[in-house]
Amino acid sequence: MRSSVNFLLGDEPRELTDIDPTMTVLRYLREVEGRVGSKEGCAEGDCGACTVVLAEVQGDALTYRAVNACIQFVPTLEGKQLLTVEDLKASDGALHPVQQSMVDNHGSQCGFCTPGFVMSLHALYQQGGAQDRLEIDNALAGNLCRCTGYGPIVAAARAMTDYDAPAEGDMPVAEVIAHLKGLQEGDGVSLEWRGRKYFAPRSLEALAAIYKHHTEANILAGGTDIGLWVTKQHRRLQTVIYIGDVAELDTLEVVDGVLQIGAGVTYERALETICEHFPEFGEVMRRIGSTQIRNAGTIGGNVANGSPIGDSPPVLIALGARLVLRCGPDVREMALEDFFVDYGKQDRQPGEFVERIDVPLAAPDVMFRSYKISKRFDQDITAALGAFAVTLDDSGNVASARICFGGMAATPKRATATEAALLGQPWTEETMQAAAEHMATDYAPLTDMRASADYRMKVSKNLLTKFWLETTDETLESRLVGVAVNG
Amino acid sequence: MDDVVAADPKPANIRGAVGTSRIHDSAAKHVAGEAVYIDDIPLPQNCLHMIAGMSERAHAKILKLDVSQVRTAPGVALVLIAEDLPGVNDISPTGTKDEPVLATGKVHFHGQPLFAVAADTIDLARAAAKKAVVEYEDLEPLVTVDAALAAGETVLPTEVLTCGDPAGKLESAPHRRQGKVRLGGQEHFYLEGHISLALPQEDGDVLVHCSTQHPSEVQHNVAHVLGRPNNAVTVEVRRMGGGFGGKETQGAQWAALAAVTAVKTGRPAKFCLDRDDDMIMTGKRHDFIADYDVGYDDDGRIVGLDVMLAARCGFSADLSGAIADRAMFHIDNGYFLGDLKVTSHRNRTNTVSNCAFRGFGGPQGMVVIERIIDDIARTLQKDALDVRKINLYGDEGRNVTPYQMTVEDNELPEMIAMLEQSSDYVARQKEIADYNANSRILKRGIAMTPVKFGISFTTTFLNQAGALIHLYTDGSVYLNHGGTEMGQGLFLKVAQVVAQEFSIDIDNIKISATNTSKVPNTSATAASSGSDMNGMAAQAAARTLKDRLTGFACAHYGVTANEVVFAANKVQVGDKTFTFAEIVNQAYLNRVQLSATGFYKTPKIHYDRETFSGRPFLYFAYGVAVSEVKIDTLTGETRTTRVDILHDVGSSLNPAIDEGQVEGGFIQGMGWLTSEELVYADDGRLLTHAPSTYKIPACADRPEEFNLKLWPKGRNREETIHRSKAVGEPPLMLAISVHHAIAEAVGSVGAPGHIVALDAPATPECVLDAVDRAKSSVAKKTVRGAQ
Ligand SMILES: Cc1cc2nc3c(=O)[nH]c(=O)nc-3n(C[C@H](O)[C@H](O)[C@H](O)COP(=O)(O)OP(=O)(O)OC[C@H]3O[C@@H](n4cnc5c(N)ncnc54)[C@H](O)[C@@H]3O)c2cc1C
Ligand code: FES
Repeated sequence: MRSSVNFLLGDEPRELTDIDPTMTVLRYLREVEGRVGSKEGCAEGDCGACTVVLAEVQGDALTYRAVNACIQFVPTLEGKQLLTVEDLKASDGALHPVQQSMVDNHGSQCGFCTPGFVMSLHALYQQGGAQDRLEIDNALAGNLCRCTGYGPIVAAARAMTDYDAPAEGDMPVAEVIAHLKGLQEGDGVSLEWRGRKYFAPRSLEALAAIYKHHTEANILAGGTDIGLWVTKQHRRLQTVIYIGDVAELDTLEVVDGVLQIGAGVTYERALETICEHFPEFGEVMRRIGSTQIRNAGTIGGNVANGSPIGDSPPVLIALGARLVLRCGPDVREMALEDFFVDYGKQDRQPGEFVERIDVPLAAPDVMFRSYKISKRFDQDITAALGAFAVTLDDSGNVASARICFGGMAATPKRATATEAALLGQPWTEETMQAAAEHMATDYAPLTDMRASADYRMKVSKNLLTKFWLETTDETLESRLVGVAVNG
Repeated sequence: MDDVVAADPKPANIRGAVGTSRIHDSAAKHVAGEAVYIDDIPLPQNCLHMIAGMSERAHAKILKLDVSQVRTAPGVALVLIAEDLPGVNDISPTGTKDEPVLATGKVHFHGQPLFAVAADTIDLARAAAKKAVVEYEDLEPLVTVDAALAAGETVLPTEVLTCGDPAGKLESAPHRRQGKVRLGGQEHFYLEGHISLALPQEDGDVLVHCSTQHPSEVQHNVAHVLGRPNNAVTVEVRRMGGGFGGKETQGAQWAALAAVTAVKTGRPAKFCLDRDDDMIMTGKRHDFIADYDVGYDDDGRIVGLDVMLAARCGFSADLSGAIADRAMFHIDNGYFLGDLKVTSHRNRTNTVSNCAFRGFGGPQGMVVIERIIDDIARTLQKDALDVRKINLYGDEGRNVTPYQMTVEDNELPEMIAMLEQSSDYVARQKEIADYNANSRILKRGIAMTPVKFGISFTTTFLNQAGALIHLYTDGSVYLNHGGTEMGQGLFLKVAQVVAQEFSIDIDNIKISATNTSKVPNTSATAASSGSDMNGMAAQAAARTLKDRLTGFACAHYGVTANEVVFAANKVQVGDKTFTFAEIVNQAYLNRVQLSATGFYKTPKIHYDRETFSGRPFLYFAYGVAVSEVKIDTLTGETRTTRVDILHDVGSSLNPAIDEGQVEGGFIQGMGWLTSEELVYADDGRLLTHAPSTYKIPACADRPEEFNLKLWPKGRNREETIHRSKAVGEPPLMLAISVHHAIAEAVGSVGAPGHIVALDAPATPECVLDAVDRAKSSVAKKTVRGAQ
């Protein structure tokens, strides 16, 4: 394994050997490179002022994704091109269309959030731009602006593709691709810095071996949880094993009616497939974090993190997902709900990691809905999330019910008493109302800054009502945001 | 001079003339990451990085503060406790002496700075700070306004404004109702947190780069804390990454600690608050409780009112006095209230000291009266807009405010009529009622609310400003004034004024950082007064110079003053034409002074604090908004779907900048009233101290349909700079319409006459509670009907 980190900063190759493995990209840019265009507004991935773009080779082209520099660690730049706001102007000083459109539409006031917006828009621009409001909102959900009220920025987003395309930079794309491809040779990175270690293996086998040897290590996937341990809790991580370069974990395919999601698959990569097979899950996923978070964060990390307010576990549990864990060469499998033992405790052995999540494709007759409740629609952590999967038998009675909530207990937890109250009953309002009363048996939620226990309980019951209404009245308008999937 | 001021902006054939939508002067730098904020200034190697050691109690005696381990921790250059401050340990902005830089004796809020550490890196400083040993003796903390009110704890005496005979009028009113409203505070959430960088100078002097709206006050406070005269301290601010009032007073502490460190160590010192520290240690908008007792007639006209306002001031006075005053001054919003009594308590709580925030108490007063109007409309089962209209200020007899100022330019009736038309209000209201009748889960609501906001500092002496202009021999202009740039476009507007004055392209004017050594003794850039006052001061300086150039040209070329005309980058002198640069250079060669200061003090205002009467404001800014929302009655979630705004900025200096202020202010106000919730734990800890838990509006929250129009008839009847009006704060309060639209939607599930009593912020939880109350009002009515 190579003992240096290699990437392109704009057009310039970098090879770092003496680097703190958990130094954030933002700190590196501002303090080591003196590139102070990217700002720190929160150091927790929420405000977007630090947004940078990563270009990566996919096939014979580059893909561009915006990420939060404040919670990404420098060694994960390996093999990528890092673009910052300083890279956009042409060599003659001309502004990039994204920048010019922001200027012309009065998209900046105080200007502090602006570099981050510019970079999010730059990623959108590289993907062809967007006119649709929902697409623009999705691209910008991870960028907070306190001055403009967003209108001028949305206008800039819409107009940016009207400008003449920028001239190619000093390093043509083909050359960038060639350079990055060159970096991908070899079997990964292994760093040691002041007694602390970092590994980025490229194969599943190597990963399993290294982790088995270093059971003290923290597995690093997208870093959207771990990054905050460093920037917010100021924790020092002794050994880190990065799984983002392991090709076998980046799989996303349907095998025998089961969608297999590799642990390294980011939300953004999974989104289209998820929307296709599970549109309701897709809508929840659209609201997980922001584009920057989804570009880095993984479903595997969401599950492994074990938080009771993680969004995918309750949905996956309601869908009957199973978890595939690996320790060295040994693989075991379990129902996802069995993984969550208690608050902060999962059924995972030393050296064991999440390899895959298997989600059975739903039969056509399953009525499935999921609802995320938070103070703000976009980029907010869940107060309560309910996922419901119910089937009816031929006479219209409930044949199966899987209901799972997040935010209602110490773990993502099924509403077993409520489910039991539904089973065998006719799918009527009375049944649903009677069953809802069992939520109080299933859950004893907490009060915190996101919501009170009362609200959580009340809204959970109401979500069951909503589920029932949506499944019994096809014409019902019931959603304020996103795509309502009715019938 | 007066008639020139009176003229509307004339179109001038120059770039950046007054009245044109010039793009923000820093826009191209913003988008390229080239605009320099304080954290971006390249640092010398030996710069120290600072952090505060914070109290872990909300209210306690400090039994022991042992920082010896901190002092010896690796990389630490200096640790400051209160006793180490060379001068006065106080940074209270109004002389109340209740705001220590570092706590002594007692701590008054969770997070209060006890000591400061300066180390080679921020990581070392943070690690060192953990080594302090602090022992407390806990005292009972007052965490809520209710608790402080019950305990009678205040930071300043209670004020009462009485007008007529409210008690008698309440007795005799045909209808009477009491109610209570609670409205939350608000975190500024400027994207750039507080930061100061202090650079040691000769003789123990110091230069402080500080992200502040009030460089002069920071200068004076730093000097006090250093125990040095004001002239030993220079404060500079090129731009802030947002202020919104949060940087009016709150920057002094970090500036002072950095300055003391720089002077003591001889090394540069940077105090950069990270987001959590900023939210924990710096003030916010005051949350309020209001109790009201209102009397009204059958038409909904208010005839008597008694209001109690209680504000969370936090542990010290800061600007709470003036803020609570402004809440009292805006209890009328646009309405003639007649006989009333307003009691204002300035409550002391063991939470961070609250401070200025866009609107400065005005929004809180206005929310209360709008809620009262809403209650009246509901009890009488009338349309709220009709009740609003009937209560508006009017002619003789209905045109005097509770503080005895005559409303001379009551624009609201006309603006409301215009917006009612253009927003299609009546038809939409009907259509919404139909929708609600047929929609089981989702309900819609629409509401129109007005804004009347008084412009001027209510502390009269603050209404002064200064400017400095140099003309260089090549005709380039250097402009400086006391106002600060926080994104609002002030620097640009003032430069436009100067460009207009000299009739030269704005590109010739160098906008420069606010600096206390250039223009002294300035007021905060606050109270929306930035361009009103600094524009006037700069205009005065420009006129002085223009007069000198004209005088020179007359003497030199033997023409009369009216034969010297500045037009479109040229100066016409009799039958000769020179470029502006030529005239300036000729003047220089003829020993004409080419540097001038300008000064402005707002005329007409006066105000007696004892009787709460006078003319505290030069004029009013007006606006009207119609908002439409959709709510989910099962979850309490809400979404604003359409907004129509008509706002009065007078004759705009820069319509694009003004529209940006209106739209941005509106969304910020919407956040305050909907998703932004400050939550304190019972022990006084702030639980929402980062964007992960404190939710300001995101892009998707901006309503898809947003129709914004500046009032076409807008023209300030007062002699303000080019007849413009202040725009910084007033638009925030247009968002009260969102809150009322939500209340309308909630009301649609209630029985007729049900009082919705929606508090703020209307989070999903708050809305769902209101929905459930409304639903049960129907149930109750039904039960009663059955009996
Ligand atoms: C601004 C912001 C917004 C967010 N919004 C949401 C949201 O709306 N909903 C939500 O659910 N979450 C949200 N999160 C949390 C986070 O993004 C998710 O939990 C994400 O899925 C974590 O994935 P990751 O790949 O980034 O994990 P990491 O941060 O890399 O890892 C998280 C944890 O999982 C472990 N881990 C990761 N992969 C594996 C593996 N294969 N095997 C074993 N252990 C593993 C790590 O060791 C670590 O303990 C947000 C975070 C941020 C910063
Ligand atoms: S600094 Fe806020 S998202 Fe990175």
